[in-house]
Order: sequence, then C-alpha cells, then structure tokens
Amino acid sequence: MRLSRRKLVIGGVLGGGALIVGYWFAHERDRLGGRTLFPARQGEVGLNGWVKLAGDGRVVVAVPRAEMGQGVHTALAQLVAEEMDARWSDVRVETPPESSVYRNVEILLDGLPFSPEQTGMVVDGARWAVGKVMGVLGVAATGGSTSVRDAWHPMRLAGASARELLLRAAARKSGLPQSELKTADGEVRGRGGLIVARFGELVDALGDLAPLADVPLKRPANFTIIGTPASRLDLDDKVTGRAVFGIDVRPPGLLFAAVRNCPTFGGNLKQATPPAGGLPPGIRKIVPLPTAVAVVADNWWRAQKFLEAGLDIAWDEGPNAALSSDSLWRAYETLAATGDRKESRVSGDAALLTRPGRRIEAVYRAPYLAHATMEPMNCTARLDDAGLTLWMPSQSSSLMRYVAAREADLPQDKVTVHTTFLGGGFGRRAEVDLVKQAVAVAKAMRGTPVQVLWSREEDMAHDFYRPMALARLSAVLPPDGAAAAQDAIAWDAVLVGQSAGSQYTSRLLGIAEPGDPDPNSIENLPYGLGFHRLSTIVPRGPVPVGFWRSVGHSHTAFFDECFVDEIAHALGKDPLTLRRDLLRDKPRHRKVLDAAARGANWGTALPAGSGRGVALRVSFGSIVAQVAEVVVESGAIRVKRVVCAIDCGPVVNPDIVRAQMEGGIVYGLTAALHGEITISKGRVEQHQFDDYPVLRIDGMPAIETMIVHSDDAPLGGVGEPGTPPIAPAVANAVFAATGQRLRSLPLKLA
Amino acid sequence: MPTYSFFVNGSARTVQTRTDDQPLLYVLRNQLGLTGAKFGCGLGQCGACTVLVDGEAVRSCMMPVAAANGRGVTTIEGLGSPDQPHPVQAAFITEQAAQCGYCASGVVMATVALLARKPKATRAEVQAALAGNLCRCGTHQRILRAALRATGTSP
Repeated sequence: MRLSRRKLVIGGVLGGGALIVGYWFAHERDRLGGRTLFPARQGEVGLNGWVKLAGDGRVVVAVPRAEMGQGVHTALAQLVAEEMDARWSDVRVETPPESSVYRNVEILLDGLPFSPEQTGMVVDGARWAVGKVMGVLGVAATGGSTSVRDAWHPMRLAGASARELLLRAAARKSGLPQSELKTADGEVRGRGGLIVARFGELVDALGDLAPLADVPLKRPANFTIIGTPASRLDLDDKVTGRAVFGIDVRPPGLLFAAVRNCPTFGGNLKQATPPAGGLPPGIRKIVPLPTAVAVVADNWWRAQKFLEAGLDIAWDEGPNAALSSDSLWRAYETLAATGDRKESRVSGDAALLTRPGRRIEAVYRAPYLAHATMEPMNCTARLDDAGLTLWMPSQSSSLMRYVAAREADLPQDKVTVHTTFLGGGFGRRAEVDLVKQAVAVAKAMRGTPVQVLWSREEDMAHDFYRPMALARLSAVLPPDGAAAAQDAIAWDAVLVGQSAGSQYTSRLLGIAEPGDPDPNSIENLPYGLGFHRLSTIVPRGPVPVGFWRSVGHSHTAFFDECFVDEIAHALGKDPLTLRRDLLRDKPRHRKVLDAAARGANWGTALPAGSGRGVALRVSFGSIVAQVAEVVVESGAIRVKRVVCAIDCGPVVNPDIVRAQMEGGIVYGLTAALHGEITISKGRVEQHQFDDYPVLRIDGMPAIETMIVHSDDAPLGGVGEPGTPPIAPAVANAVFAATGQRLRSLPLKLA
Repeated sequence: MPTYSFFVNGSARTVQTRTDDQPLLYVLRNQLGLTGAKFGCGLGQCGACTVLVDGEAVRSCMMPVAAANGRGVTTIEGLGSPDQPHPVQAAFITEQAAQCGYCASGVVMATVALLARKPKATRAEVQAALAGNLCRCGTHQRILRAALRATGTSP
C-alpha cells in the first residue's frame, strides 16, 4: 500500500529505530489476516481476519476498537459491509482476539501520546521508551480520533476480499463462470439479476479457498453504505438495558471492592485500622494499597459505607499538602513572564515584531477539568491458577493487558482482557490506575473475581485532569490597519501548562518526564500571519494530567480564537471578515467558515443583549467552524443556538458525524460555562455533580451541523474536533453581546 | 435478615438484605441480575439509576429497599426488547438518541414516567422532567426529539 508522507516522516525521524518502523510497516502490509484468525462459532465460517459469515446470513465484523459512544462499531462495520456488498440489517460486530492485524497504526502516527516532532525525546535517550509504548499501546487502542483513519484501508480491503471469496465460492457451487456473477445486498446474482445464492448459503461452498489481498476497492461514486446514515448497531441494546458495561459484568462468585484514594496528590496510605470488634457482616477484606485502601465486600454499597464510616484511615499526606490553585496560577504567571521557554513554533519575518504599529496583549487562562464519565471508574479481575482475567471498559485492551501482566508478574499470554462497552471514555480510560488496583485486589482475593468500583467522589477527585494552562499572547498589528491583514500581523505567544503526553510517559514507564508539550497544543494556526512564534513552558507538577477530549486543542483553541477576535476588533474589522482574509490561500477552511456563518445568518441584526461569535479550529485532521448565538440576561450567559460546519474529508456515516459534533459541543459547553477543578491543601475541592455541574437538557442550545464535503481530502477524525471551537465561539459571542472580553474559563460575567 | 417482597417487571420477588437501608439499586443489580439501571453518583444527582415504582420515576440509588416493599417496580428490562421495543424505546431508536448509552436506561424510564402522567408533554415539560438525567456524551438534542416523538408530536 501507499505510504503517506507523514508515515515516511516517522520513518525518517526514528531513523535509528528502523527496527520499530520496519516492524509496524511489515505488519501494515499484512493486515488482512487468515480465515482462522477471527474465531468462528458453530454455524459460522471465517472469510478473513475481519469478517465471518453465518449460515443464516449474518455477517460478523471484527471491530477491535472500544465503543464509548463515538459510533466506532457502526462506522467500522460500514467499511467492511460496503466493499462486501452485505445487507446492513445482516451486519453484527464482535471484538476479535488480540492480534497485530488489528492494531491501531494511526494512533501511533497521529494520536497518543507522541509525535514524530518530539525529537527531544530521541536526544534524551528515551527512544526505547517510545518504541515500548508503541509496541504496547498500539496494538488495540482507541483515541486521538484515529479509528476510521486507521481502518479506512484495511477494513475496506477485508470487505472486498470477502466479497471476492464469496464470488469464487458461488462460481464453484453454481458452475457459472465468476465473470458472470455480481454481488449486491447480501446476494450473489447472475445474468439478468437472478439470485444465484444468498451469502449465507455459501458457507458450505467456501471449502479451503484462501482470501486474496490484491482485490480492487470500489470507487467512492459507487458507495451505497459508506456515506449513508446507517443505523447504529449498538443502539437497540443500549435503549433496552441489554448492553453490558464494565460495572455490569457478573462472573460467578463476584465480590465488590470500594476504594478510598489518598486525598492529597503524592500522598500515601499510612494505616487502615479496622474497628476493634472485627469486620462487620458482609465485609470480607481490607486491602491496603500504596496510595489507597480497598474494602472487599459482598455488596459494593456496604463496602463504600464501611470506607466512609467504619474504617479508621491514616494518610501520609506527602510533600504537596500545601498546593493550591492560587499558588499554581501565581507560579504560572511568573513562568510566563520570566521562565525558561522553548520556541516550539517560529515562522515568518521576526522584524515585524519591532515594526511600528499597534501592539495588543492579553493573558488567558483555562482551569483543570475532570472527565466525569457517566460510568464511574471500574475494573473487574480474577486471578487463579489458569491466569488473570480482566473485564474492563478501557480505551486500550493491550495496554491494560501489558500493565496487568507486569503487576501480576505473569507472562502476557496468561492475561485475558474482555473489553465491555464504555460508559464514556473521553481519554480517561486510557489510564492504567484502575487495572493496577484491580490486580492488587485480585492478588489479595486469589480465586475470587472482584469488581473494583470507585464512587463518584473518588472519580472526581482522582482524575487525570485536562491541564490548567495560561497563555500570554501579543500581536503587533500593521500600521495601515485593516487594509492588508494577510501576512502582516506578528503573533507572539507564550503557553504555560503541564503536558498530558509527557506525564503519561513518565507514569507508564517510570522514567522522568520528557517535558515536551502535547503535540496538538503546538500545532500551527491556519492563518496567514506575517510572523508567528509559540514559546512553551512545561512545568512538572504533582497534579495528575491526562488526555481530555481534544487534548491540547481544548484550551489552545480558546486562547487563539479569542485572540484572533481581539485582533479583529483592534483593526476595526468584522471577526468573520478578518478570518476570511487570513485564510485567503485556504479554500477548504474558508468554505467551512462560510458555511457556518451563512447557516447562522452572520451579519444580521440581533436584539440587544444577544450576540454571535465565531471560531475555527483544525484538529485531528478535520476543519470545524462554529457560530454561537448567546443571550445575556439577568447576569447569566445562555447559549441559544450553535451552527457547526465540519470538513472531515470522506464521510463514513453523516449521522454519526453530526452526533459527534453535537456531543463535542456539549462537552465543550460544559467546560465553557461550568467546568472548573480547583485545588486547595493539596487536594481537589470538587466531589460530585453539584459542585462540578454539567450542561443539562434544559440548558441545551439548538445545534445544527453542516457537513462540508471534500472527498479528495484526507480522512479526518470526528470524535474530538467538535469540542475546541465552542468555548471561543461563546466567549466571542459574549463580547459581541456585552463588550466584556472574558479571558478565563469557565466564562464568568463581571 | 430483613425480607422484602415486591413485584419486579410483573413477577413477584422476595429478597433478603443484611440491613433495611440497603438501596433498591443494589438489590436489582446484584440479587435480581437486572443491570439495566446504573450506578452514576449514589446521591440521586445524575438519574442513571432511575426505575419506576408504582409508575413514578425514582432514584433507586437513594430509595431504601424497605420503601419498595409490597410495591411494583419496573426496570428498563421490563419495558421492551430489541424485537418489541416500548414506544418510548422505539422513538429513541428512531432518533438514534444514545451514544455511550450509560445514561439511556434512566433517561428512557424518566421519559416513560413523564408520558404516563402527561401523554402530550410539551418541549418545556420534557426539558424540566429530564433535567435531572445527566448525559456526558451530549445526546440532549436527540433525547428531546425522541421524547417529543413518543408524545406523537412531530419533533
């Protein structure tokens, strides 16, 4: 297959790591898999590693990605069904076993947690670590809006190969020449459209035919399933209560464990003292862990009650017990002013910085944020003589297996991981804290399966937070004002914030933090600037940070897109017009911006107290523009309407794209209007949905999503790109409505 | 141990618990194998555990099992199946109104309770009735459309 330029860049950068690169690409050519890879049940037969056929016509597609609501089971199955000419109502999905055939190559190249541009890591001698993480994380990982981008070729090829196999079987069975046979809608048809065989009737005719990999793929013009709003395969089970999430698994003999983590970051368990009279009925065991204590009981609620009221717990609060949000903000301000920085991006004419012209400057802030998935953190584990079995809602089964094997001191082939539906992921479920606790508890309860489940309070106070960040932005504007904005503005930014990728690496591998910023927090702006510099400072701090839907873009889009608005106003230009001017050479971007603006009736009058704001962000390979319409009444911001336009290249399922835009916007609106994790005395101050409120259905704006088609463009992701533009769009709308420029999240009116 | 009897999805069930303050949610999920109702917050703030008790939507994470004694409990499992969905479930499927689906059971049950009380509920009434059912995936707009569809009004 064709190697894209980006993949070659990886090969180049890793250079000396040719072994790693060679390993991945060798497998990339071999991602079809044989007919026995995807285990067939009674009545089923494998067609290749990605698809099975049953006698009753069911087509079972292997989907090795975690379904956390983003519709990946449906979208990936569409790729196979399209090329195979399967009937959509016959299609089912199953999670296949671990195999390198199913690994997510794209996530290594474009997603978590490293970028080929992080050459500092190579210099640091930590390259082995990169390879190690790649080897572990890459096998079956879901994140970084990569799933469709990764599967686009191999899963279509699998469908085409399956179709070709069925044609050969039909020719063999019917005695007709294969050249006379066609497939459509789950059937093989002969001349005049006569049905030769339904797919299911060919199960016995397949014999030992081997799948071919060099089969042609359809031209997009001939697609009948890709590009259509095929109904979600997981929905019926989800609205009838049949879908099994992590907390729903019930292996025989299951016990439950509740956990209390040390409230301070970096603290440890000193002692957990049971009541003098012994353990109350139903409480089976107290399991001390290094930074937590678990209580095993026959009932989770009882374990939790005992943790809250029955157990005397002493903590060693550790070195960070005085940490507070205020002290962190002060430290970040000092760093932004005088700290050592790295020029992460620099381009254009530096002389523009000192040219005479109006200079504007602003400081923006974004707080720590929790993921607050609806399903609290959990992992179920059983350790016995046969090995270790895990049931877990995780974003990387192979990573969990790797960590579990390490914690249990077992070879990886003794560890089985069952991935359930995820009650939300958003990046939280790429973390390995739960698997470590579950294995520790399983070791203490050998032979008995135990479901470790955190309370909502533990989930809120022991997350891996979206990093808090501070940006100091300045711009020198052209002296002749608005007339010639393109290539005439000098933009100079300093970004201070912890790095999720850097800390994740450190956590996972036990090495010092590499200290590089998250790659997607330092991506270039799409605008034609005369000079652009982005300097970064990555403080190493004790607050755990992680990947939060859209990662770096979740705060940098707020900083950049609000500041573009400030520049527009300083130049006396309409914010939409300035963006269009600065995108003169970017027709795709302009088209997306124009679609959102048109849909939102940009430029038409609104009542007093209302305003529109626009923002545009390119992230995860997709271009998204949003226009928010807000009403400010009785001192409160109400978002009334959001118009969203996206160009994500070829579209697999437009309804899922819309759902992801809606979901990304709601997730971002919660952050824009409510979300704030604060720290005092070394611990998180929020505990529940009353002090970490989320956007409710009665505060929901009307959202309209328009898909801007550009089929020749490369595939973009859709899980994350809906989130970044909404906070700046709302902040810019608040400015339009009130004249108040709000530079901190969550947005609070003066 | 205290013993309680009630109807669950139309069947008479008798359960024993160690204490009478045990919330109904754990009886349903652990003793009766009905895992459709979910644990989300334990404080009645998120609605994931919503079931019907004598037709009223209740937060089963807060209701002691003793309070359900002698009453009729309906969980999502008792509503409909993929082959024969309840009209509210059918409306959610038509509107594709779930993503991760963790909140879906509670949202569907709260909608059923609302429509039993107000078959022609308005948009504002749906929003008020479902404001306590949190969803982090952001299916709000589709949930609203599905509930309105189930009232027979065009969404």
